[in-house]
Amino acid sequence: MSAVKERKKAAKAVESFTLTLAAKSSNEGFARTIAAAFAARLDPTVEELADIKTAVSEAVTNCVVHAYKNSRGKGEIRIKGQIFDDGRVVFEIKDKGCGMEDVEKCLQPLYTGDPEGERSGMGFTVMESFCDKLKVRSKPEKGTTVVLTKRLGGNV
Amino acid sequence: MRFTHKTTKDTLTLSLTGELDHHGAAATRKAMDAVILEQQPKKVVLELKDVHFCDSSGLGLLMGRYKTALTVGAVLTVKEPSPPVARIMKLAGLDKLIKTERSVEV
Ligand SMILES: Nc1ncnc2c1ncn2[C@@H]1O[C@H](COP(=O)(O)OP(=O)(O)O)[C@@H](O)[C@H]1O
Ligand SMILES: [Mg+2]
Repeated sequence: MSAVKERKKAAKAVESFTLTLAAKSSNEGFARTIAAAFAARLDPTVEELADIKTAVSEAVTNCVVHAYKNSRGKGEIRIKGQIFDDGRVVFEIKDKGCGMEDVEKCLQPLYTGDPEGERSGMGFTVMESFCDKLKVRSKPEKGTTVVLTKRLGGNV
Repeated sequence: MRFTHKTTKDTLTLSLTGELDHHGAAATRKAMDAVILEQQPKKVVLELKDVHFCDSSGLGLLMGRYKTALTVGAVLTVKEPSPPVARIMKLAGLDKLIKTERSVEV
């Protein structure tokens, strides 16, 4: 009984931040640097930090390139970071842009909704392979939320 | 992201430095294409040892320059990709399309 209880105990968030950024390409580097600095509290390896930087960069870039493609210069990206006491770092990247009609299709490797834009269509594939978990919620005309979870070797 | 270029015989070498993301790619790809189209080389070499960050927008830049090179009949190769570049090229299978030169075999 107590063992079951122990397993079911939800992990607790011990650190968190929220950041709102203008959806501009000049903020892509800033956003991934902030994410890496936040995750650095878990004493990650150089490789793990590179993974986090790259995955966050993909999600933020998608907000800049796709979410607000019809409202250039206007639009906000909200990034929430959390560190849990079980050693996970979670980033939620949210926009209020155009959203996706078909999320499954967008997740496919090499799929891009912007064939003229010199995109590789590999953004979600990179997020998936550089993190432990990728969650995408999206609604046309409402926006998109991407949740990236990575478990880091050390503990808090 | 910055780049410099030099030409020796039929080969145009573009050396990239910095972070190869969407911001950097958008700011430099037109200038790279302008050099390729102006010089009309037989071979284009992208030297990538000093690219310390690369995401999937960087892949877009590599594929785009590969295509530009083809329009002038040139072959594009990648020289000494840094670890982040090599890793993401491999993930996308781009290492099968674009030939990679390394001074030291790994
Ligand atoms: N935040 C977003 N808002 C709207 N559409 C998005 C968003 N993120 C991704 N997409 C859609 O999913 C597609 C695939 O994304 P991705 O794998 O990153 O490839 P790429 O950015 O190279 O097109 C995009 O081309 C776009 O159509
Ligand atoms: Mg993308």
